Amino acid sequence: MLSNAWLILAFPALGFLYCSLVGRLISRRSCGVVASGAVGLSFLVGLGALVEMLRLPAAAQSVQLPLWNWIAAGKLSVPFSLLVDPLSILMVLVVTGVGFLIHVYATGYMQGDADYARFFALMNIFVLAMLMLVLAGSFLLLMVGWGGVGFASYALIAFWFQKPANAAAGTKAFVMNSIGDVGLLLAIFLIFINFGRLDYSGVFSQASQKLAVNSPMATAVVLLLLIGAAAKSAQLPLHTWLPDAMAGPTPVSALIHAATMVTAGVYLIARTHPLYQLSPTAMTIVATIGALSALFAATIGLVQPNIKRVLAYSTISQLGYMFLAVGVGAFSAGMFHLVTHAFFKALLFMAAGGVIHALAGEEDLRKMGGLWRTVPSMYLGFLVGALALAGFPLLSGFFSKDEIIFAAFASQRGSPVLGVMALSVVGLTGFYVFRAFFLCFHGTSRVDEQVAHHIHKPGLSMVAPVGVLAVLAALGGYINFVGGTGAIDRFLSPVFERYTDPVPVAVGAEAMQEPLMMVSVLVGLGGIFVAYLMYVRYPNAAARVGGWYPGLYRLFLNKWYVDELYGFLFLRPGRWLGELLAGPVDGAITDGIVRGAARSVEWFALGFKRVETGFVRDYALAILLGATVVLFYLMQIGGVR
Amino acid sequence: MELVYFFSVAAVAVLSAIAVLVSRNTVHSALFLVANLFCIALLYLSLTAEFLALVQITVYAGAIMVLFLFVITMLNPSSEETPDKILNRLPWAVGLSIAFLVGLGLLFLTSAGKITSSAQAMQPAAGNGNLEAIGTSLFTQYLLPFELTSFLLFVAMLAAMVLAKRRA
Amino acid sequence: MIAPQSHYLILSGILFVLGMSGVLVRKNPLVMFMSIELMLNAANLAFVTFAYRFGAIEGQVVAFFVMTVAAAEVVVGLAIISSIFRVRANVDVDEVSSLKG
Repeated sequence: MLSNAWLILAFPALGFLYCSLVGRLISRRSCGVVASGAVGLSFLVGLGALVEMLRLPAAAQSVQLPLWNWIAAGKLSVPFSLLVDPLSILMVLVVTGVGFLIHVYATGYMQGDADYARFFALMNIFVLAMLMLVLAGSFLLLMVGWGGVGFASYALIAFWFQKPANAAAGTKAFVMNSIGDVGLLLAIFLIFINFGRLDYSGVFSQASQKLAVNSPMATAVVLLLLIGAAAKSAQLPLHTWLPDAMAGPTPVSALIHAATMVTAGVYLIARTHPLYQLSPTAMTIVATIGALSALFAATIGLVQPNIKRVLAYSTISQLGYMFLAVGVGAFSAGMFHLVTHAFFKALLFMAAGGVIHALAGEEDLRKMGGLWRTVPSMYLGFLVGALALAGFPLLSGFFSKDEIIFAAFASQRGSPVLGVMALSVVGLTGFYVFRAFFLCFHGTSRVDEQVAHHIHKPGLSMVAPVGVLAVLAALGGYINFVGGTGAIDRFLSPVFERYTDPVPVAVGAEAMQEPLMMVSVLVGLGGIFVAYLMYVRYPNAAARVGGWYPGLYRLFLNKWYVDELYGFLFLRPGRWLGELLAGPVDGAITDGIVRGAARSVEWFALGFKRVETGFVRDYALAILLGATVVLFYLMQIGGVR
Repeated sequence: MELVYFFSVAAVAVLSAIAVLVSRNTVHSALFLVANLFCIALLYLSLTAEFLALVQITVYAGAIMVLFLFVITMLNPSSEETPDKILNRLPWAVGLSIAFLVGLGLLFLTSAGKITSSAQAMQPAAGNGNLEAIGTSLFTQYLLPFELTSFLLFVAMLAAMVLAKRRA
Repeated sequence: MIAPQSHYLILSGILFVLGMSGVLVRKNPLVMFMSIELMLNAANLAFVTFAYRFGAIEGQVVAFFVMTVAAAEVVVGLAIISSIFRVRANVDVDEVSSLKG
């Protein structure tokens, strides 16, 4: 299986071809089946590869699969080769596993849609690109996958493009991702200049030789990579596209903007950790951005009325956790949280999607309430997901979040400031997710009359994946205990310790671990309790608390006015420049050149026209003139004179 | 003695040529042209091209100019010519003529002496051979052009008939 | 040859130039045509001169052909002229300038 890992890419590719070319002709439903099946098959191949890999000794667990010679141009030689190692297999399993469940869910969710086939074609293309991204063995191939997921994300966000707002959201996502792409490309250029090659093994093995620790070059490369990662993972300041991306169908939000694509940034940092570890400055920046994003997004999520947006800001916040983790050197902790987050965030989105589907598209929390009786399956799913997200003890989120908080305090690169920020986010997280939970499922129903009479209960295709993910979200944390604690750490150590030494924990810090755990649990439960008070016990409390701090409330509700700031800083000058260039500049220069060319031809023609007088004798004159010239010319060659 | 002959014939030729250009009456122009052709024929004689001289008189002066005169009388172009409206051609004509003449003069005067002839300076190698020589040449070496020319004449005849037909 | 070759050639040149001027200056199509005949004759004279000079009968043969072709040309040309100017009062070559432009 390991040597056939390329099959992992082949199945989604075939699924895409089927859905886009043939599927709509055969049967629309078949597209859903084929697409889900393709992802499922990839998952099985990945599983097989994992099993095989575990039997190998640690040093041999990194397998290169060169498939063909892609680019061989002068100094640049880039074979199309995959790298199958614990890190990439972990990502493959997450992507295909969660992806499969979401595909199945989507067959139910997108049932009535006219563009059913296109949806699944795009989903498969996305999975293909994401898999290429994580399985890439070189930076160039990574870039291919990176761009591919960006495109798929755009196409899927703007899936219902007939509404201009959706198309605009897709464009916004794409443009911000492009900023990240530029950063990534520049980083790749610098890497090529410094190393002369682009394959991971070549670059990482020479990293410490070619780049000095904390040198400007190292920091530059790594910060450019960070720009790419931050754009893809919606971290400050490139985060504004993700909430708008909720315009896409809920399965898309679940898959791309919760579980997989947005985690590509974290994956990138983890994969290029040898480069990152050469620049402690940059790593601090990564951690700080992560912590800030986590805090920032959590505050916004406190007051949003749209249920998907609450989850979107939650994603940004949790990704901040992952960035914080890799920023302080706790790479496997970050990956662990990536996995658990995929479980419970996808679960939350799917449960929310089930509610939205039942309410025929209603997403506003203020128009929900008391739905626990109407959609009990989604109620339970959301509850499990919310508990996991809040870090309720013994659920998956608890273990992974705890590792990160511990690393924030204890790692040599960590700091108390980061740790405190991380802890406060725990409280905020508990609050906002349970606010959404209570508003949606408890209390009196504020649902519209019309909608209430036509509740469309979710079918098995939607309930089953929710159920599976609920189990995973609840128990998924225990994979870290397979064969003793720190299983994930051990599993990934061949990757993270291959080229560099791990970042050590500060001396004596282990003692903090247990107290920290208890503090974070208390903070989390506290957040949940406050939400309970404000939204269940005293339903009017929310409005009153909002009244105490109107400025803060508005600040959070309006997303700290970041979009407006960007509009002022970038959009307005951009539009002004565009109009300037399109109007006067274009008219004068390009139009001028074109029209000038035409006019000069005309001018010449008019000039020459005067030769054609129509008088015979003028023509005779011309002939005789020519004859005289020829005479003199012949005399010249004849040597007369 | 012979030079006198040449110059008198040449003078008449040039004068009649100028007269062709200058005459107001078209019939006068045609008659002066006949005189010019006659002079040329005389010059041919001095060049021992007897056959050509006779052909010149018969064909050129006799047939072609008669044709000219027919058309002249048919068209009756006796009215005065109006001066050039658009462009006065005279300066051009003068300028071009001088240039051409200069060129030809240079050509003939400078290289005339330099031309070496492979054959001897001629004379009828065959005695009264001018006619014989032309005849032989026409019917052997230049037979094809000869036949083509006859075809050309035929075409010209046809063309004249077609063109001159009155539209019904 | 009763005069040096150059004299014949100069005469030929003068006649040719006179014919050329005739074509340029006169507006009467018939006179223009006659000027063209003048030019042809001048060329013939040059050919025959050279034929004499080099003892090559080809010069006279060429002159002969030129004469023949000139005859044909005159026929056709006059036919054209007569068909164009038959209906006009004024025989002026400048009037037929409809190819202008």
